[in-house]
Amino acid sequence: MNKTKILLNGLIKENPTFVLLLGMCPTLGTTTSAMGGLGMGLSTLFVLICSNVVISMVKGIIPDKVRIPAFIVIIATFVTILQLCMQAYLPDLYATLGLFIPLIVVNCILLGRAEAFAAKHPPAESFFDGLGIGLGFTVALTLLGSVREFLGTGHIFGFAIYPEEYGSLIFILAPGAFIALGFLIAIIHTINKTR
Amino acid sequence: MLTYISIFVTAIFVNNIVLSQFLGICPFLGVSKRIDSALGMGAAVTFVMTLSTIVTYLLQTHLLVPLGLSYMQTIVFILVIAALVQLLEIIIKKIAPALYQALGVFLPLITTNCTILGVALIVIQKNMTLLESTVYAISTALGFTLALVIFAGMREQMSLSRIPKAMQGTPIALIAAGLLAMAFMGFSGIKIG
Repeated sequence: MNKTKILLNGLIKENPTFVLLLGMCPTLGTTTSAMGGLGMGLSTLFVLICSNVVISMVKGIIPDKVRIPAFIVIIATFVTILQLCMQAYLPDLYATLGLFIPLIVVNCILLGRAEAFAAKHPPAESFFDGLGIGLGFTVALTLLGSVREFLGTGHIFGFAIYPEEYGSLIFILAPGAFIALGFLIAIIHTINKTR
Repeated sequence: MLTYISIFVTAIFVNNIVLSQFLGICPFLGVSKRIDSALGMGAAVTFVMTLSTIVTYLLQTHLLVPLGLSYMQTIVFILVIAALVQLLEIIIKKIAPALYQALGVFLPLITTNCTILGVALIVIQKNMTLLESTVYAISTALGFTLALVIFAGMREQMSLSRIPKAMQGTPIALIAAGLLAMAFMGFSGIKIG
């Protein structure tokens, strides 16, 4: 399969957040700011690429019956590596994302891609699938984070666009996450249909 | 005693696991089309969450910490939870076929329900005692069930109403969830003890 096609497939046609609706917990939980969304997206991207490549390399060795537990262990290994590295080098970001870093293990996107793509394709293609889906997730989270940060505080990535007093706090709080994501998905579905 | 009541009320209403901590959104959106399936899912989660929290708590305090292996936490916990769910499925199928009929379909879904791993990690993070952890696990699961059942009721009503084309399906469900979360924000500020 064409590598660019795999990449674009993850970014647009099978965007994990807007189209497949996978990995909703980190999508809603970490996007109080654009930075948080970007950080979470990149963390997931890292784990997804590594686990995809490793799973597609060892897929011949793992017996079919224990493949799901084996995939989970591989994913959990990379999550632990990420967790330790972030604690050491990016303690601020680690504190913001908190519980959602270890919870990458149970993100359905990872196991879903392992099962649907990496277990059936060679490592190079799995790498690009991981990159595409991971970037799609990152873009979606950054977009949602920017929208919430903009409406809530008038900032994007910490840069002030309008004074903070005019922002509506609700978009930073829990209800705003659901509402903003609902409208974003509706907009993207409408765009996809008219195209 | 007051501590336990406080944990109970906080976990169900103030810091509802779904509506304010964003864990378990997948089953919240996926299994909330009908009230009876929402109740079944809630019961299965309550059962598994209580057991898995106790098991992972004991493992953490008696095995991982003394051996200096706490960095293995994530891997060990997820494996224990996955094994526990499998085990429960086999046991329930053998000794309580009626219960299996009711909960069976929901059990495999629970391994990837992030509330289970989430709660197991939260109780360790917050340095709770075993009894506190158990109370926290039960009340969180009840909070999950409450949110799921209310939301299922809303969606049953919603399926009868006319919704703009672009908003049909997930978007309107998410916005309804947002309004529900807003209602739950009314509980914030409640303090006991």
